[in-house]
Amino acid sequence: MSADQTRPGASAGPESTPIVLEARGLCVDYGTGEDAVQAVTYADLVLRRGEVLGLAGESGSGKSTLAYAMTRLLRAPGLITGGEVLFHDGRPESEGGVGTVSLLDAPPSKLRRLRWSEIAVVFQSALHALNPVITIQSQLTDVLATHRKHLSHRQRVDRAAELLGLVGINRDRLESYPHELSGGMRQRVMIAMALALDPQVVIMDEPTTALDVVTQREILDEIIRLRDQLGFSVLFITHDLSLLIELADSIAVMYAGRVVEQGGAQDLFHAPRHPYTLGLVHSFPSLHGTHRRLEGIPGSPPDLRHPPSGCQFHPRCPFADETCAQKEPPLTPLPITGPGFHRPRAASCWRQGDVVVPAPLALPEPEGVSR
Amino acid sequence: MSAAEVTVASGREVSTDPTPALEATGLTQHFRVRGRAGRARSRNRRGRPVVHAVDDVSIKLWAGRVTAVVGESGSGKSTLARILARMITPSSGRLWLDGRATPLSAGRGARAYRNKVQLILQDPFSSLNPIHSVRYQLSRPLRIHKMVGSEELDDALESLLERVKLTPPSQYLDKLPHELSGGQLQRVAIARCLAVEPRVLLADEPVSMLDVSIRLGILNLLEELCHAESLAVLYVTHDLASARYLATDVLVMYAGQVVESGPAAAVVDTPAHPYTQLLLSAAADPEREGPAELTTSGGAPPSLIDPPAGCRFHPRCPHAMPICAIANPPMLDVSPDQRAACWLHVDPADRPKVSEGAKA
Repeated sequence: MSADQTRPGASAGPESTPIVLEARGLCVDYGTGEDAVQAVTYADLVLRRGEVLGLAGESGSGKSTLAYAMTRLLRAPGLITGGEVLFHDGRPESEGGVGTVSLLDAPPSKLRRLRWSEIAVVFQSALHALNPVITIQSQLTDVLATHRKHLSHRQRVDRAAELLGLVGINRDRLESYPHELSGGMRQRVMIAMALALDPQVVIMDEPTTALDVVTQREILDEIIRLRDQLGFSVLFITHDLSLLIELADSIAVMYAGRVVEQGGAQDLFHAPRHPYTLGLVHSFPSLHGTHRRLEGIPGSPPDLRHPPSGCQFHPRCPFADETCAQKEPPLTPLPITGPGFHRPRAASCWRQGDVVVPAPLALPEPEGVSR
Repeated sequence: MSAAEVTVASGREVSTDPTPALEATGLTQHFRVRGRAGRARSRNRRGRPVVHAVDDVSIKLWAGRVTAVVGESGSGKSTLARILARMITPSSGRLWLDGRATPLSAGRGARAYRNKVQLILQDPFSSLNPIHSVRYQLSRPLRIHKMVGSEELDDALESLLERVKLTPPSQYLDKLPHELSGGQLQRVAIARCLAVEPRVLLADEPVSMLDVSIRLGILNLLEELCHAESLAVLYVTHDLASARYLATDVLVMYAGQVVESGPAAAVVDTPAHPYTQLLLSAAADPEREGPAELTTSGGAPPSLIDPPAGCRFHPRCPHAMPICAIANPPMLDVSPDQRAACWLHVDPADRPKVSEGAKA
């Protein structure tokens, strides 16, 4: 497969899974000229076939901007100023595969063929993303009427019912309007719509944030079950790292527009390599054990209109020195020190290049937990 | 049915004062419904349909202790906080502030009461007036409640900001809300509450709008204020883990009722009510081994216009028995400190007898 960008020497590890969507050095500005705010700066992101990649970050860290830029859904004043985004079609050309497509160069007609068919999006607020005056059936069949012109009306309705069944909603609900459904059901309808054309990539932007914890858990279970059944890849955007550690295969952590760390979910939790990730995993209280006082991360995220010099995290970082205040660290691949198979990992921190890496940033990966 | 109560956790530091800072019993809030609820069974005295937002809830808040109320949206936890802040007048209930009986009405006398009991709201971005400086927002309570004279005002403002760790105060006093981050805004909102030297702080989801990395700062601040200034703190949240972290005692609410109460660690580590067990099984837990499995799947909280008879959780409960659909269980001691409203904790021989005819 042309899309298979296997690292040399890798055998059966997770890194040999083909890449389906990747961003290299992606930059996004809001506005132009002197007032431009760099919302995403040189972001690298790799989504492999069939995996759930979590994109974690605080509000304003650029996680949604990055995802929308990758799908060219970014609206003005958002502006992609550099980098490339590649979509590697997993289907052979005989079945309509398009090979590798550079999404940033693709003409509108080509984008239209890929969007929703191959790369679908589940938006955060189902109440706002669904049209309140149109039935669920019409919203589901509309997309089929546009992208699957050969289907008859009867076939479209059957497919809509099948999609609702897929997410655990009875076909009686086809005639319902969005306000007649609960929040969890509306979010399920959104997922059903995203899956309507059997996409290879589903981007989910905080799909469960507005839901109660029990409903959230049900939706997450649903997503994982559908992923196992249909084999799509998920880019799951959320601010809730504790949720991602359970849910995702690998996680990319964003801070101030940069991807500061990417690696296997359990590796990231048990052996973070970037001080920001370290701070984050010590920011949510545990449900177990004795009471330990946690400190969170001092300070606030930077104002991107006046970003700090050097590493964006250095004003809040307990390990920062003069280098950190002057030069920005690149996202660098890091060696695995723990036993067993692990996903490749990378972090952007000068401390990782030190002769003696600070102990909290140099813990070995736990054995055999990388899925 | 007996009311829910938070008992004093034995073996923990309890203030020597045996009187709770704030105590309420039998709080009930029925909101009238307009429109399509015509066929609902539950009605108020005038025969109009009502939403049972809060039903017969009792709570005690102690000086120097944090009490958490945990529940999903619609469980009545925020309504409870608003009743205790006397922002809304409940349908019934009784209230004592420092042992003195106090009216519950939101109208008359509420200003003097708010001198002692302050409410922190969820969203600091909208709870602070965007067109006024921090100085103005903090001066208002000081002036309205005549806390300080005008010549002492600046000192009072600075000490308020220092108490919420916004230092140096001069850097923040003349900022407008849009110039501050969410965490800083919530600190200003807390400082505004502290201005009247309250006895009780009611915090309604004070960190859920904030970024993960700064939530702990606010939780730690609340804990410090609670201990250092001997405040009684009510922490309303949907997050069991943060309740376990911050609170001494926890109340779990479901569909307007308290279903479990007890010391925070006991409730979270050994939940006795099936609903608490469900919440725990759904909570995000990075340390969980293997996939999360909900104790019960499907179902949603009931309509509070027409709540189910008996235990309100019984339609979703994996352990439901015939009695659960008929009689609402009383709060029962499951351990010296922990109480749960569930028939499972009653000896089968002592449960009320269910005859087939009784179900109608």
